[in-house]
Amino acid sequence: MKPWQRDTITSILAVIVFAVLTGLLYPLAITGISQVAFPGDANGQQIHLDGKLIGSKLIGQSFASPVLGKNGKPEEKEGELVTEPDPRYFQSRPSATEGGAYNAAASTFSNHGPNSVKTREADEENIKAYLELNKNPATKAEYDPGLTVARIPVDAANSSASGLDPEISKANAWIQAYRIAAVRHLPLASVDSLIARYTSGRGLGFSGEEGVNVLELNLALDRVTAGTS
Amino acid sequence: MTFAGWFTIAAFVVVVSALAFPLGTYMANVYSGERVFLSPIFSGFERLLYRIVRVDEERQQDWKSYAKSLIIFSLAGWLFLYFVLRTQDAFFVPHALNPLGYHSAPADVTFNTVSSFMTNTNWQFYSGETTMTYLSQMIGLTVQNWLSAGVGIVVAVALVRGIIGRSGKGIGNFWQDMVRTILYVLAPLSIIGALVLASQGVIANFSDYLTVHTITGLNQTIAMGPVAGQEAIKELGTNGGGFFNTNSAHPFENPTQFTNFFEMLLVLIIPAALIFMYGRMTGNRRQGYAIYGTVMIMFLGAVVVAYIAEAHGSPAQHAAGLHTAVVSGSGGGNMEGKEQRFGIAGSALFDVITTVTSCGAVNSAIESFTGIGGAVPFANLSASEVIFGGVGTGLYSILLYVLLAVFIGGLMVGRTPEWLGKKLEAREIKLAGLGILITPLAALFCTALAVATRAGRMSISEAATSAKLGIHTPQAFSESFYAYLSQANNNGSAFAGYTGFIQPNAGNLGSHGITLATVLGGFDMVLARYAPILFALAVAGALAGKRVTPAGLGTMRTDNGTFVVLLIGVIVLVGALTFFPALLLGPIVQGLTGHLY
Repeated sequence: MKPWQRDTITSILAVIVFAVLTGLLYPLAITGISQVAFPGDANGQQIHLDGKLIGSKLIGQSFASPVLGKNGKPEEKEGELVTEPDPRYFQSRPSATEGGAYNAAASTFSNHGPNSVKTREADEENIKAYLELNKNPATKAEYDPGLTVARIPVDAANSSASGLDPEISKANAWIQAYRIAAVRHLPLASVDSLIARYTSGRGLGFSGEEGVNVLELNLALDRVTAGTS
Repeated sequence: MTFAGWFTIAAFVVVVSALAFPLGTYMANVYSGERVFLSPIFSGFERLLYRIVRVDEERQQDWKSYAKSLIIFSLAGWLFLYFVLRTQDAFFVPHALNPLGYHSAPADVTFNTVSSFMTNTNWQFYSGETTMTYLSQMIGLTVQNWLSAGVGIVVAVALVRGIIGRSGKGIGNFWQDMVRTILYVLAPLSIIGALVLASQGVIANFSDYLTVHTITGLNQTIAMGPVAGQEAIKELGTNGGGFFNTNSAHPFENPTQFTNFFEMLLVLIIPAALIFMYGRMTGNRRQGYAIYGTVMIMFLGAVVVAYIAEAHGSPAQHAAGLHTAVVSGSGGGNMEGKEQRFGIAGSALFDVITTVTSCGAVNSAIESFTGIGGAVPFANLSASEVIFGGVGTGLYSILLYVLLAVFIGGLMVGRTPEWLGKKLEAREIKLAGLGILITPLAALFCTALAVATRAGRMSISEAATSAKLGIHTPQAFSESFYAYLSQANNNGSAFAGYTGFIQPNAGNLGSHGITLATVLGGFDMVLARYAPILFALAVAGALAGKRVTPAGLGTMRTDNGTFVVLLIGVIVLVGALTFFPALLLGPIVQGLTGHLY
């Protein structure tokens, strides 16, 4: 047999062997062990409420409600549901996923360039929406008396990388706390203490930034309002 | 910028060095054929593997024979992956492994993807969760994550053997090196890595996508899959191809502040360890330290620039009125395309780590980095994968530069260049020169073709086209240039607006007229991977037969600070001369002007 023929046979056999080892046994073993040892983590840290699946702790959500049209059905525009943020809940970061915000079946970057007019316009739109949301519709005054454009934390105006960021910054949460406290008739201090409870610390004490898990915080708010905790 | 941010960078450098040193010693033992602590577990299985694939692992191969085995093996892997990806919805694929009934991508996209994974690039013209079945992710892409990493490492090992070879032509046995790499190096680290990640929230399951009814009355579909295993080898093998479209930014790939740090360690540990391995195998540890120092200095320079630039914020943010300074409760900076949990430092550091190595995973959108912040990955890629570089590719690429530096140093002092006792002659220098230049050549040629033709410009994202002026902006050039630079360096990170569409779920119809980009990219990757490998192996063959002469008074030292400076100078000079004009047109213009387009 010539060397290249021997190499060809060996290559074919080696690809099959390695495919079985690294492409079947390895992922099956990792998945199997994880399902037994860390079932909650391996299945996406699902959160259930009254027996129904309402989200994953790790995957951000939009806390907006569908807008009902004249016929009483949810309104749609260009195939996407029309929604408006629910002032009773903390709102997540802007998300640029296709097919509506927080589409966890198709994560996407916004891919907004640093020197792009489109980026500026997107930021301005997010700033406007944020100010609008944190303003008392009756009195036209900001819930947080010190709120100005310059005080809006960057994470509240910039879209996240995955479009599924489950967290917001503490500064962002503190501003929204004024609105939540007013709308839900809760003392500001108790909302702030909930924020502190659902803030994740830095990894190993230094890695990354602190962030507030929006879904967990909102669920806790509902429990407080319902008087069950 | 924050104290915690700087501390993260410092801690990372310390931890990765402390872990890489013992790993380098261990790998040197593995490739020298000595017994290691895993030998009792694996040696029987190792012998069985040799029998199954029918090789005589004791047979020494010369460089040509080694290269032949490598090429034929890669080709077999390419054909296998192409078959897997093109038969996604064939009758033999069980429903559990294709729960959403995905079809196969068109031939040109598959050509690009297969070439991309075979070459350790993991450039992705597809979106994982909307096009790939669980089976394709496992037996298709994950397998190449292992094999392409292995191919890179064995070339580096073969080159080191050539350098230390005392007589004869043998540079080792390709099959033995592959098997040992997978069993003794990649397998233990991947298994540990995958389980650590799974324990922190990286998912590992074969479920259907979840359907969620949120508390405000919306529906959300959440993509699932066997992610943890692929995630670990994706980082360790410096592959970088994400299970999901947004790669390591996706919370199921990189869920916490801790996993971000951990994944960065996984990416850099083998490239760093290989340099220590080199020092140990050549018996000249000081030279290993000199190379380590060289790349670490360049690495730190890149991190510092990227961190400062991103912390400063972007012109678009400032024009919108945002304040980007650190305030109580917020880290500030350019958070467009970044995740809250990673923050600025965690994103900038991750970005630099995955672009100095050939990993190309991203935990933030490089397209949204500031002009100067985005120029850093450009500069990293322009250094042609020598600042740590990919697994194996980094070591053999910088050794070619070392050769060149020794030659230039020899010219400067007027002596015959010698390296580790071996005289360098015209043949080695020619081979090293060609090996160094082929990657930039491929990148620049492809970029020129892509921006000069209409078919190429179709790939430019809408956002990089000025609506007001109706012309492409510097961002458009950056996108195109980065695409071919990244693919030529087998990196795989992207200014993701380039052909950045989501292929529709039903049918995955679409190359949407981007055929030029997929085909051009595919050839770019294959050429820039295998040509330098052949040159590196040829250098190994040329060095292996040379006799060693003891170092004399006139020998230029290659293990001291002077040599570090010379080596950095050569790397920067080659990179700058090749790429500076092109870099000016894209990221540097944006970074310096602050102008909005």
